[in-house]
Amino acid sequence: MSWLEVIHPGVQSSVQDSGRRGYRHHGLAAGGALDLISFTWANKLLDNPRHAACLEIMLGGFRAIAHGSLQIAITGARTRVAVNGEPVELWRTLNLNDGDELTISHSVHNRLIYLAVAGGLDSPEQFGSRTVVVREKFEGRGPLKRGDKLVPREPQRKVPSREVPAHQRPDFSSEVVIGLIAGYQYAQFQRSDILRLTTSSYTVSDQSDRMGFRLQGPALDCPPPGIISEGIAHGSVQIPGDGQPIVLLNDGQTIGGYPKPGVVPALDCSRLAQQLPGGRVRFELCDLATAQNQRRLFELHYQNTRWCQNGQALEWL
Amino acid sequence: MIEPVSEDTILITLAPAIDDTLPARIASLVDNIWRAGFRWLVDMVPSYTTLMVVYDPMLIDFRQLTAELRPIIHRLSTQAHQAELKSRLVELPVYYSVETGPDLQWLAAESGLDCEEVIRRHSSVEYRVHALGFAPGFAFMGQVDPTIAAPRKTTPRKQVPAGSVGIANRQTAVYPQVSPGGWQLIGRCPTRLFDPTNLSLLKVGDRVRFTPISREAFLAAGGELIS
Repeated sequence: MSWLEVIHPGVQSSVQDSGRRGYRHHGLAAGGALDLISFTWANKLLDNPRHAACLEIMLGGFRAIAHGSLQIAITGARTRVAVNGEPVELWRTLNLNDGDELTISHSVHNRLIYLAVAGGLDSPEQFGSRTVVVREKFEGRGPLKRGDKLVPREPQRKVPSREVPAHQRPDFSSEVVIGLIAGYQYAQFQRSDILRLTTSSYTVSDQSDRMGFRLQGPALDCPPPGIISEGIAHGSVQIPGDGQPIVLLNDGQTIGGYPKPGVVPALDCSRLAQQLPGGRVRFELCDLATAQNQRRLFELHYQNTRWCQNGQALEWL
Repeated sequence: MIEPVSEDTILITLAPAIDDTLPARIASLVDNIWRAGFRWLVDMVPSYTTLMVVYDPMLIDFRQLTAELRPIIHRLSTQAHQAELKSRLVELPVYYSVETGPDLQWLAAESGLDCEEVIRRHSSVEYRVHALGFAPGFAFMGQVDPTIAAPRKTTPRKQVPAGSVGIANRQTAVYPQVSPGGWQLIGRCPTRLFDPTNLSLLKVGDRVRFTPISREAFLAAGGELIS
């Protein structure tokens, strides 16, 4: 038996997989990892199942001790990670021995760090998923606490040393450009407001969390009035009365009555979710087929590639 | 009308405005789609006039999806009457009082009625569940008698006790869990509306009737008076 004992849980860390399926009509949020790209790479490094649960560490400040030897992978926000005080790199497999101390410093560039273990984290399932939606306050499903144990589902399994090729690592550092698929009430927005939305630079507000990201910038002049409440797709851009966009994410409400000019594709939501308050964001209209192709390519890459022997590259099957 | 809203989601709109026949029709559309057993189906979110469907874009694209759903939607118009007959009636007991409904007196004064009359008008109507959302198991029901319809509070309460029965405009609902909320509270229901095993008690299309109960009956049914 090997596990990680949590000494400092960080600002907010929670167990996340790819979220719940088939529960939204009960008013339950989908949940799941906010940054699909880093989450998926953490699992890919260890040959984990596609939907295996990882730890999502918000803003870093995390410390844990290994009990027994175990293999982990850390991806996501650029930050300082050390084992027994010695710096180690992200985006690669990491072998911990009994008694090793893992520290992840506070992240000053981006928001989310993913820690994967062999076979995925073993934690209780609820509603068909291991996701923790803190705002729903279900018993036993809070954020990570000091003393919690992070247990791998397949502690014995180990893969050869691997690292995500540099050109395949997402770049979260610059101003992010996120797609906007026109939909919902797009046609009811004034042309000038759509242009304002897609030509301005917005700033991520500090009122941003797993429910949604509030953006600040040039306000839309005259968004259409409230609508009859309807289902909210992941990535929906809501425009409330003040004209400032809110991008709704994994823990958001299932229905809502604010007008929406469109939806940000899932992979772009990942890039958005990595931004800290003050981060710059631009919207760019994108068509459905392009977004669908990008998403398919991303999923196919996970399913249909395998690691080369040297662990430095992947090859298509 | 079927339209794409994102790379894995579509929105089916059944009518331009809310009407009382829609919940039953939307509920039967949801049933028919579940029953068809589509492998690509991820999630469905029914609401007042729409049904949002989330699919797996690895298994199907928007055009194929539209082709598979269209016959089911068309069949629906002929089944509307049956859907109506199949809908379920749920009775919810409510202890209407000043101690469990801190806005009851205000609402009575606002409507020019006494508290008993507000209670009578709220409990003499059969409601329809139009949508679920806001929180797990939170069901939006309509239509409240226009004489007791009241807008949401300008400043929402930070904490509304579980079971609280509220009114917002012509809608009514029971808060399944403790949560913040801005609806005008007139009583409390001891029945659990959501639990992790049985999930939501109410679903879109259900008919609901509120039955006034006494303080004793409320406590005997497990109701709590904490505020």
